[in-house]
Amino acid sequence: MKLKYLIPFLIFVTLVALFAYAFRLDPREVPSPLVGKPASAFALPRVDAPGTLAGPADLRGQPWLLNVWATWCVACREEHAMLVRLAREEGVPIVGLNYKEIRGDAELDASRLSPQEEREAALLRARTWLAQHGDPYRFSVLDLDGRVAIDYGVYGVPETFLIDAEGVIRYKHVGPIDERAWREVLQPKWAALVGGKR
Amino acid sequence: MIPEMGQFALALAWALALVQAVLGLAGAARGSVGAMAAARRAALAQCAALVLAYACLTAAFLRIDFSVLLVAANSSTRTPWFYRLTGVWGNHEGSMLLWALSLSLWQAAVAGFSRSLTAAFRARVLGVLGTVSVGFLAFLILTSNPFERLVPMPGEGRDLNPLLQDPGMIIHPPLLYMGYVGMAVAFAFAIAALLSGRMDAAWARWSRPWTLTAWVFLTLGILVGSAWAYYELGWGGWWFWDPVENASLMPWLVGTALLHSLIVTEKRGAFRSWTVLLAIGAFSLSLLGTFLVRSGVITSVHAFATDPTRGVFILGLLALTVGVSLLLFAWRAPRLSGGGVFAPVSREGSLLVNNVLMAAAAGAVLLGTVYPLILDALQGAKISVGPPYFETVFVPLMAPAVVLMALAPFLRWKRDALARVLRRVGPELVGALLLAALGVWAAGHATPGAYLGLALTAWVALASLRLLVERLRQGAAPGLAARLRGIPGSWWGMWLSHLGVGVFILGVTLVGALEQRLDVKMMPGQAAELAGYRFVLRGVSEVPGPNYTAQRGEVEVWREGQMRTVLVPEKRAYFRSAMPMTESAIDWGVFRDVYVSLGDPTGDGGWVVLLFYKPFISWIWFGAILIALGGVAAALDRRYRRLARRRDSVPVPEVLPEPVAEAAR
Repeated sequence: MKLKYLIPFLIFVTLVALFAYAFRLDPREVPSPLVGKPASAFALPRVDAPGTLAGPADLRGQPWLLNVWATWCVACREEHAMLVRLAREEGVPIVGLNYKEIRGDAELDASRLSPQEEREAALLRARTWLAQHGDPYRFSVLDLDGRVAIDYGVYGVPETFLIDAEGVIRYKHVGPIDERAWREVLQPKWAALVGGKR
Repeated sequence: MIPEMGQFALALAWALALVQAVLGLAGAARGSVGAMAAARRAALAQCAALVLAYACLTAAFLRIDFSVLLVAANSSTRTPWFYRLTGVWGNHEGSMLLWALSLSLWQAAVAGFSRSLTAAFRARVLGVLGTVSVGFLAFLILTSNPFERLVPMPGEGRDLNPLLQDPGMIIHPPLLYMGYVGMAVAFAFAIAALLSGRMDAAWARWSRPWTLTAWVFLTLGILVGSAWAYYELGWGGWWFWDPVENASLMPWLVGTALLHSLIVTEKRGAFRSWTVLLAIGAFSLSLLGTFLVRSGVITSVHAFATDPTRGVFILGLLALTVGVSLLLFAWRAPRLSGGGVFAPVSREGSLLVNNVLMAAAAGAVLLGTVYPLILDALQGAKISVGPPYFETVFVPLMAPAVVLMALAPFLRWKRDALARVLRRVGPELVGALLLAALGVWAAGHATPGAYLGLALTAWVALASLRLLVERLRQGAAPGLAARLRGIPGSWWGMWLSHLGVGVFILGVTLVGALEQRLDVKMMPGQAAELAGYRFVLRGVSEVPGPNYTAQRGEVEVWREGQMRTVLVPEKRAYFRSAMPMTESAIDWGVFRDVYVSLGDPTGDGGWVVLLFYKPFISWIWFGAILIALGGVAAALDRRYRRLARRRDSVPVPEVLPEPVAEAAR
């Protein structure tokens, strides 16, 4: 008889457990199956010159970083200064893959835009952003619908791929690169790539 | 300096909330008059501190202080001052501060206007509210500091999200938050009842005006949000079943059930554990709504996984609050059982069925809202639960609820005979079915949905009319005016709200059945026809705005050879976000809206223009306003004020003697 008063609590505990289990799955802990595979080729319009298509082919022969970013991504804002420093001070070649600039922005409703409007808005936003915060990229390309990101198994932004001189993905970093992540995780791997080449 | 002052005020508010929580709960448990009085003063001081913190943030926005991160991210030098004022809550941190401020205003209201409560009971209520406040302010301070500085200070800010640069957005969030957070008061009353073991007619009478007030705010908040979506999003819809909307609908449904449950607890002493459970449920769903909207899980569950601090914090807060409350319920509620017995056919019976239907509807909405999130988190599968699901489950649950809603006031408490009731309202029932048939025939739109909607509306309207007539006939006082005055506020509240539901359904039905839409390419000077209206595009010109440039179309609206009005829809490009925004133009009317919005330019000087004819859409808003007015009328009922004047020492009977039907009074 008294047990029936526990029912709401039990239902609630089940719900919370389900929620907790669902959200505990951290994509960071999922090893990318793409590590060790060649970085898939793409040719997308450059942010600074949309008439020109660019892709991994432009960086053959040297190790580089592919950084997935968007202006709406808060964590990208955090790591941006770090990327600028890496590019300027350490000379790391970084390529930007601008991911779903308009469609990914929860505050906007891309369904009301024509493809041409979407592209123009994305270009303007990306350029303004780079002009304001500094441009760490050799070049940055627009992946408006996120199809290239699918090939790279992008789970969220920001993500950064370490790609070697042969064009093979060596490591995938999920989340912003801060000072510590660079020093402890990425820098040693980067040094190995650069050193290995020499 | 000002932001630091705000930061300090925020920390102070947290400390005061802690004092209030500890002294309130402990003072009530030990019967310490001094501690209980201190808890009350702490509640008032906490409110003052939060008003100061909020004022500091507002000052930073008004002074365009870009050294504050939040200001730089949500305003620009060109943003007009009123959108800088609303920019304070047009973002996560600021809106959470507004949440905390609303909570403290409710606490101050409880501290200030609750003379009728016993000191111990008030201290418990304040203690519970203070505990909620401690958790929320900790969330604000630890994960979402609104006063964070930005170094170096940028020369220009990012401007407020253009979608939010709209008058509707000025009042929508404060109303909604007052409603959301107001459910915390009902919750605190319920927890205090569990703690003290006291839950009688007097308790229900204390709790009801507070719940009603919160519910009115929630109703108005949802109404404004819906109207905003209608005219701002530019596709003419008024409800989209998106998770943010659902988050506000769920506490409203459960809050509605709670209001009705409280009536039975007050009049008959029954439904007590049900009432407590609904109070806990309404507030839990408010918290869940905050979690859904604020943690980022709606946009993407991965946003939650990559930056989990906020989401985990709110989820933890939610789990703790609800978990502890439900455990307390399991422990203490068995003592609350009892109360008047009743037969299935009785007013209690009908209210019980209605409550179950409301709760089930809230559950169905919850399932539809949360299921895609869980599936996404588990499998990475993106599924979308859209309007078809919600309409399929919502209509069958709500239709019987509406039938019962209009019937219940005719039923007697305790026991009634179905035959007797049917004899009383039989003509209305048959009349409604016939009127609806006539209606679909006249509209030339004979679908089951339209028939159902019209039948429900007609039933509610006829039954309400009958109820009023019977009520006036029964009055003892001579003269119609005296009899009208003799009807108590809570009766008017019931009557108005129920009538409002009918009006609302009429609007939903007719706009759904009869609306017309035309997407047409127009060159300047060209005309298009829709629903007997003739639209002529005069031209589109570029017009500068304060922080945007607009393409402004001028569209003449003609009917029967006469020009009725010129509508000026705009397509705006805001400088900072580079995002085109649609500003639709609407010729509002009681019986129809004519709605024009600009699509895309076609490149050859023409434009795609979206034309809508929306019959009776205003009735949706009228209905919601009537529902809210009913809430106001009920909250102002004389018996709550009479009670306020009564001294604590006067014993209140456990169950008010309420023989036969209330309608017969």
